[in-house]
Amino acid sequence: MENAFGQPQSVVVLGGSSDIARALVRRLCAARTQTVVLAGRDQALLDAAASEAREHGATTTATVLFDAQDVSSAQPAVSDAFEAAGATVDLVIMAVGLLGNQLDYENDAALAGRMATVNFAWPVAALAEVRRRLVAQGSGRIVVMSSMGAVRVRRTAYLYGAAKVGLDRLCVGLAESLEGTGVTLQLVRPGHVRSKMTAGIPEIPFTTGVEEVAETVLAGLATDHLVIFSPPVLRYAAFVLRHLPTPLWRRVARR
Amino acid sequence: MARTSLSGWGRTSPSIADVVSPTTESEVIAQLSSARGVIARGLGRSYGDAAQLAGGVVVDNRGLDGIGPIGDDGLVSVGAGVSIDELLSVSIPQGWFVPVTPGTRQVTIGGAIAADVHGKNHHVDGSFGAHVRDLRLATPGGALTVSPSDDPDLFWATVGGMGLTGVVIRASVQMLRIETDQVLVDTDRYDDLDGVMAAMKDGDADYRYSVAWVDCMTRGAHMGRAILTRGVHASRADVAHATLLGPKSAKLVVPMDAPSGLLNPLTIKAFNELWFRSAPRHEVSEAQSLSTFFHPLDGVRDWNRLYGRRGFVQYQFCVPDAASETIVDAINRLSSSGVPSFLAVLKRFGPANASPLSFPMPGWTLALDLPVGPGRLPAVLDELDGFVLAAGGRVYFAKDARLSPSKVAAMYPRLDEFLEVKRRVDPEQRLSSDLARRLHLVGE
Repeated sequence: MENAFGQPQSVVVLGGSSDIARALVRRLCAARTQTVVLAGRDQALLDAAASEAREHGATTTATVLFDAQDVSSAQPAVSDAFEAAGATVDLVIMAVGLLGNQLDYENDAALAGRMATVNFAWPVAALAEVRRRLVAQGSGRIVVMSSMGAVRVRRTAYLYGAAKVGLDRLCVGLAESLEGTGVTLQLVRPGHVRSKMTAGIPEIPFTTGVEEVAETVLAGLATDHLVIFSPPVLRYAAFVLRHLPTPLWRRVARR
Repeated sequence: MARTSLSGWGRTSPSIADVVSPTTESEVIAQLSSARGVIARGLGRSYGDAAQLAGGVVVDNRGLDGIGPIGDDGLVSVGAGVSIDELLSVSIPQGWFVPVTPGTRQVTIGGAIAADVHGKNHHVDGSFGAHVRDLRLATPGGALTVSPSDDPDLFWATVGGMGLTGVVIRASVQMLRIETDQVLVDTDRYDDLDGVMAAMKDGDADYRYSVAWVDCMTRGAHMGRAILTRGVHASRADVAHATLLGPKSAKLVVPMDAPSGLLNPLTIKAFNELWFRSAPRHEVSEAQSLSTFFHPLDGVRDWNRLYGRRGFVQYQFCVPDAASETIVDAINRLSSSGVPSFLAVLKRFGPANASPLSFPMPGWTLALDLPVGPGRLPAVLDELDGFVLAAGGRVYFAKDARLSPSKVAAMYPRLDEFLEVKRRVDPEQRLSSDLARRLHLVGE
C-alpha cells in the first residue's frame, strides 16, 4: 500500500529502462518500494534496471517486453505487468516515449505516424487498461511523464510536442475522471533533461539531470498537485510561456 | 452497500471500499465471508489507514448500538458502535465516567478496544483494554464471548489488534464513579523540556490525569518549553455548585478545506507562541469541566480540514524511562529540520497490559501533528523511527500512516503471538485493512 507521503510499496513502470524512470525507481526503492515490474522493449536494459532496483532495496522484480509501435501490445503488456506484481499495485509510471529527429519525421510520413503511436496512441491504450485495473482495486496512483513541450509547442520539435500535448491533455481529463475512485493521477512536466534520449541536443535554460527530476517527482507524490514541474520553478515559467505573444515566443523557442 | 472513498482523520491515502451497515451480530458474520477482505470502522478517528480497505468491505459499526443499564458496580454493556460521547451523555448524569478517554469523545467503543486507546491517566489506570470485562467478537467462524479469563489469548489479541481478529459487537466496560462533572486542574508553565520532564517524573503519581503540551518549534535555551496540566476529579466538597451534566456538542466548525500550506512554519510558530503565553505560569486547583479538560479537540468540529487537501500525519511514539533522552533528540531533530509541528503532546505511561500489540509501555510518549507536503518530513520521520527503535520504543498503529513494515517486528516483539491467534480465528485472512497490508500484518 501507498503511505501518507505517496510512497508506494509496489510499482509498475511502463518504459522501465528510460533514464528518468530508472532514477525514480532507485529513489522509490530507497523509500518503501519492494516490488518493481519493469516493462519495455529491450530485455538487456530491463534486466540492468531490475538489478539496479534490487541493489536499492527492491525484494521482488520482474520484467515484461512490449513494442510501443504496436498499439495492440498495450493491453497485454499492462495485464502481464499487473500479474507479475502479484497483489496490489500502488503506482504505475508511464515513461514510454521517443524523441527522434524532427527532420526525419517531416520527410517520412510512416516515421511520423510511428512517432505518434509510440508517444500517444500506445500510452493512451495502456492507460485505459491501467485505469480499469486500478479503479477495480480501489486505490493506486498513476504518474505520467509529459514534457514542458506540452505547455506550448515549439517549431523545432512540434511533432513530438504535439504528441505530448495529446497525452498531457488526455491525462488532465483522466485525472478528473478518477475523482472519487481512490485512484489519482499526476503529470510530470520536466524541462530539458540530460539523458540518453536528448544526447546531442543543445541545452536550454532550466536544463537538469535525471536525478533532479526524480527527486522532484518523489517530493511531488506528497502533494496534491496535478502537474509536477521539474525544476519546480517551471510552474511559473510555464505560465509566462503560455501567454507570450507569438513574435516573442518565436524568438524564445528558436533555441 | 455503497462504494465509498475512505481515509483516516489525517486524510491521507484514501481508498475505495464497499461500506455496509449491519445492525445485528448475524448480519456482521454474514459479511465476514467476503473473499475481498473485511474491516470494521467506527468514527474514522484513526489518523492513518487502519479503518479502510481498498477494494474490500468496510463494516460501519455505528449500527451496533445500545447502552445497557449501568449497574451499581459501574459495569455497563455497550454496543461497539456507541461513541464515548454518547456513553458519557448517559453515564455522567448517573455519576459514572468512562475509565479511559482519548483526546476526543468521537471514538467508538469498538475503535477504543481495537486501538487499545489511552488517556491522560495511563500512568495510573492503564489503557482502555484494562477496563473491558468481556467482549462479544464476530469472527469468520462465528461469534464468541471472550474475557481475560475466557480465551485470554483472543481477548488480548483483540485489544490493540486493530480490528484484525474480528468485529467487536459489544463490550462490558467498568465505569469510574464521579461525584461532579468538574476536574480540579493544576497548570504549570516550563521554559524548557528538562524542567517539564523532571516535574512529570516526580509529581505525576499525585494526579490521576497528567499531560504536557510541548512547543517543538523553539530552538536554543527554550527548546521544548511546555505547559503541564494535571488534575483529579472534583468531589462534591471541592466545588460550590456540584453538577453532573453530559458533554455539549462543538460550537465551532471548520466549514471547508483550508488551502494546503495554511499551517506552515510561520503560522504554527505564531500559534505556539500565543498558546504558550496565554497559559498561566502557575495555577492551582482551577475547576474545569470534564469536556474542557479531556476533550479540547472536540471544541472545533472537522478541525482536520485546517491541514488542507494534502492532510497531515500524527507521529506518536513511546520509549522506556531509561531512554528519556530520545524525547529530547526527537524534538531537536524536528526543530532543526524546520519541519513545522503543532503543539506536541507529552505524557507518561504506566505498566503495559497483556495485549501483544498494545502500544503503551512504561516510560514516555510524544505525539506530534505534522502537515504533509513536499518537504523533508518523510526522511526525518524515518530517522526518528531509527531513534525510537534503538531506544527499545515503538510507534502507535492507530496514528500511523507511513511506518516501514521492516520495523514492525522489532517494535512489537510479540507480533508472532498475535499472528498465531489471528491464524486460529481467521485462517483465511478475511480480516484485513490498508494498514495491515502496508505493515504486513496480514498476507496480501
